[in-house]
Amino acid sequence: MTSTMTSDPHTFGPKSAAAAASPGAAADAAVARILEATVRPAPGGPRGVVVDSPPGAGKSTLVVKAAKELVGAGERLMIVAQTNSQVDDLVGRLAEKGPELSIGRLHASDSRPSAEVLRHGNVTPSDKVGDLLEHDVVVSTAAKWQWVKAEAPWRHAIVDEAYQMRSDALLAVARLFERALFVGDPGQLDPFTVVGTDQWAGLSYDPSSSAVVTLLAHNPEIQPHRLPVSWRLPATAAPLISSAFYPYAPFRSGTGPEDRRLTAGVPADGSALDAAIDEASEHGWALLELPARHTVRTDPQAVAAVAGTVRRLLERGLTAHSEQSGRPLTADRIAVGTAHRDQAAAVRAALTGLGVPVDSAAGPAVTVDTANRLQGREYDVTVVLHPLSGRPDATAFHLETGRLCVLASRHRHACIVVARAGIADLLDEHPATEPVQLGVTVKFPDGWEANHCVLQHLEEHRIRL
Amino acid sequence: MSLLSTLARLEAVRSGRAEPLATVRHRHLSERPMVLVPLATAGESGAPLAVLLGTDRQAPRLHIVPQPLNRTQRFDFLARLAADLLPYLESFGGEVEQIEGSEKDPQTGEKTQVFRELCTDAPQLIVPNSACVQHLALLGRSTRFRRTVEDADPGPYPAPTQVPLLGRWLTHLTERAQVPGSSLLLPMTALLARHWATGQSHLEDQHLAAQLAWHFPRPGLTAARTALLAETERDVHNQLTHPPGGPVTDPRFDELVLAPAITRHDTALAALREDPEHTGRPAGTVQDAGTVQHVDAAQAEQARLRVKEASEHLHSVLEQVLLPTWHDVWRGLDLLYALPPAAHLAERWESDRWSYTGHRDRLAAGEPPQPKQDDAVTAARKLAQREREQSRLDVQEALDDPLAMAECRLAGEAFAGTVTEVTPDYDTSGRSPKPRPLVTVRTTDRPHADPGREVHRANWQSAQKAVVVGSDPAEGTVTVRVLSGMGRKKEPEPGSLPEPGDRITFTLFELAPRQSAPLPDPDDTPWTHGGPPGAADRSPIAAEDWE
Repeated sequence: MTSTMTSDPHTFGPKSAAAAASPGAAADAAVARILEATVRPAPGGPRGVVVDSPPGAGKSTLVVKAAKELVGAGERLMIVAQTNSQVDDLVGRLAEKGPELSIGRLHASDSRPSAEVLRHGNVTPSDKVGDLLEHDVVVSTAAKWQWVKAEAPWRHAIVDEAYQMRSDALLAVARLFERALFVGDPGQLDPFTVVGTDQWAGLSYDPSSSAVVTLLAHNPEIQPHRLPVSWRLPATAAPLISSAFYPYAPFRSGTGPEDRRLTAGVPADGSALDAAIDEASEHGWALLELPARHTVRTDPQAVAAVAGTVRRLLERGLTAHSEQSGRPLTADRIAVGTAHRDQAAAVRAALTGLGVPVDSAAGPAVTVDTANRLQGREYDVTVVLHPLSGRPDATAFHLETGRLCVLASRHRHACIVVARAGIADLLDEHPATEPVQLGVTVKFPDGWEANHCVLQHLEEHRIRL
Repeated sequence: MSLLSTLARLEAVRSGRAEPLATVRHRHLSERPMVLVPLATAGESGAPLAVLLGTDRQAPRLHIVPQPLNRTQRFDFLARLAADLLPYLESFGGEVEQIEGSEKDPQTGEKTQVFRELCTDAPQLIVPNSACVQHLALLGRSTRFRRTVEDADPGPYPAPTQVPLLGRWLTHLTERAQVPGSSLLLPMTALLARHWATGQSHLEDQHLAAQLAWHFPRPGLTAARTALLAETERDVHNQLTHPPGGPVTDPRFDELVLAPAITRHDTALAALREDPEHTGRPAGTVQDAGTVQHVDAAQAEQARLRVKEASEHLHSVLEQVLLPTWHDVWRGLDLLYALPPAAHLAERWESDRWSYTGHRDRLAAGEPPQPKQDDAVTAARKLAQREREQSRLDVQEALDDPLAMAECRLAGEAFAGTVTEVTPDYDTSGRSPKPRPLVTVRTTDRPHADPGREVHRANWQSAQKAVVVGSDPAEGTVTVRVLSGMGRKKEPEPGSLPEPGDRITFTLFELAPRQSAPLPDPDDTPWTHGGPPGAADRSPIAAEDWE
């Protein structure tokens, strides 16, 4: 989570006009401004363009559009993403939407790109950048780009998920390009390190901070653009996520209250799980609350509740109606989000025990992963094990705003949060105690505030187990 | 905190004694460590008050600042500390071994053989806790840029000549202490906490005496009670019987003992200064000059005596505050020496020796002191080094110590068991078939071993990689296909594969740390990071306000 307090609202055009326009028109206007700044930069203007994008605001679409326009203007470009799966997603999307592009997929020597990507005719994989120099677009991870020794063949770069990129990674790759478009979500998880970095806190180039923070500190003339409409989040979720996590960069849902509906083929059996599913179908949110208790991280009852809810979601033959179409809610449209890997493993084991598929290699399967790995992904329904459920303390890790934001903003239709009672008390007992570092922008909203805000909303949709 | 260390803490609560977290010692300990217990002055961060140091537990040496707010006295103290500490730090610089390496000629690309000096041993400082490390870092920061009479422009307040050199050593040691697994400068509380769990919180473990209470409970008392007494017990003068282990002092001590002692010294010193012999003021009148001079000489002697007494008193009260911690550090060392050294200690200590040798060479080459702040590239490089060393440390501790490996196994990051079956199999996709045998391990561990996951054989003579083929949780077996480490022939080299009945451990993490990616030269810092650092940023002697 990175502060957006400093950004000037005037750069996004007259606010009232944007609010008055339809979501589609407002979004198109924002995209047009960004493409203009990227493809036809003003002479002497800043070398970077930064785009802040709330969850599901068409960030990937923007990247594809920008790539096509840049190539159309006769440029070759490099794209930097953060993980191999992000690179594969992006390559697949580029290949599909831009069949005229020749795309190089640069990969590490010990990891092959996914087969899904290679089936596109215009994608060439290689672990040597020399083989790919002639391609319109070369895509790879920041980690791989750091090893590339090319003599500055690219003028343009697009950096995807730039808020999750660490400053030191940008330091290592920035020599490869002259200008860059940085796209990312400031509300998601900050990059992290396992070693102490206090000695650099407050430096503009703190190597452990986000690449965008460093970039903006050194290039104050860059005014971040903002995508104003979330196409993913339904009308039930966008206002909450916007006010809880993006108070200074509000956005709205691209769909109206009636556009997204969940209907069940099988009526509720009277259980709390089904009640929670019905509540979430109707209101977009449900809090399935277990009795207060201090538990181990892999709280067996909470894990069972999560797994049981997922099973009922599948058993009840739900249909997800959206502005596009109505489609059955299948296993691959459901995700379970947790804070820790062992919790994800426990949920996966519980689901396997219930006969719910969790291995995507063997067909459609429920995704079970941590917040870090769910970043940038989208599902119809998510079931979230609350990071503070059953904990005796609220550490900085569990309070991190970005963690809750990722978990609560992956869904197109509904989100069911499973938690032990007493989180509000836990929050009140653990005010933030992190030391204040000089020169470091205060993160706002802090995790404490954001957690309270989300919890307050969820309590209106509480179902007790 | 891992589940296993939580369990160890709970067990410590029940047993009333510190419980082992390690079976071996995971940090190098020198045969001749320098124990150093610093004290800081309350109210001004980084202001030294005293230090007790030495390599002989029977003969600690005490240096104090009689008036901690007096800058001249502070730097005189630092000069004495430098005179005491530097010979120890420099004494390891003489004995070297020649390490063979090769250097690539940047023009021709030809490799030439070169020899580099590596000091055979390095100094080691032991301080009571990590706050003391920070205190030393502040001392290094405040001294390494000081100018001395030897500088071309000594400025209005030249410091004693060895002071900046002390600052550079302290800066180097405290920077090195940030590198995981390094051992040039170690805090005792962290050393003990790595090897034993106590039945109290991490915060309470920061008090060295309280942590040691779990190793040496007082006769007839529980460890928790002993720890509580160590923290809070006061004598009839309202003084802690066991003062905190530095660098902070107890406020009651400051108020009731230290402040009066300092005032007494200040007063004595002021009286001595007013003495005519010292000020050169004309003494008395001409007619009774003889008497006055006689009286003045006696008074001066008296004043000197008072200063001496006041100074001795100050020394004695500070020594009393420092001695309990001094002995605690040595008791901690005794505990640690009793543990057998871990197998990878020598390898990590070699990195420390390189670090020491590098600093020695930079001093000898007359390089300027470490800059005030790292530039962007240096900061990124240091972060990369620390992350690399952290992963190396985690892997090596797991390989060296079954208890550390147990944490990995419990976290699903490794599994250990007995080999039940070895089935020969071959990869025939290439021109000649390659051995790809299947090994089945019976284990009670529950690794996150999804099929296709790469695993590594732990504690084996050479690197051996395998890939998970499947697992049967009901049977408690995991089957892997061995991919490497079997020689180049069609059949695996004899002895390269485990046999049924063998105990074997596989890890899901790589055993060799990954190389860090190259970073640009500081002069090529890109526009995203503000471009190359300006000359001003790098100037070692920026204007420093210190008076």
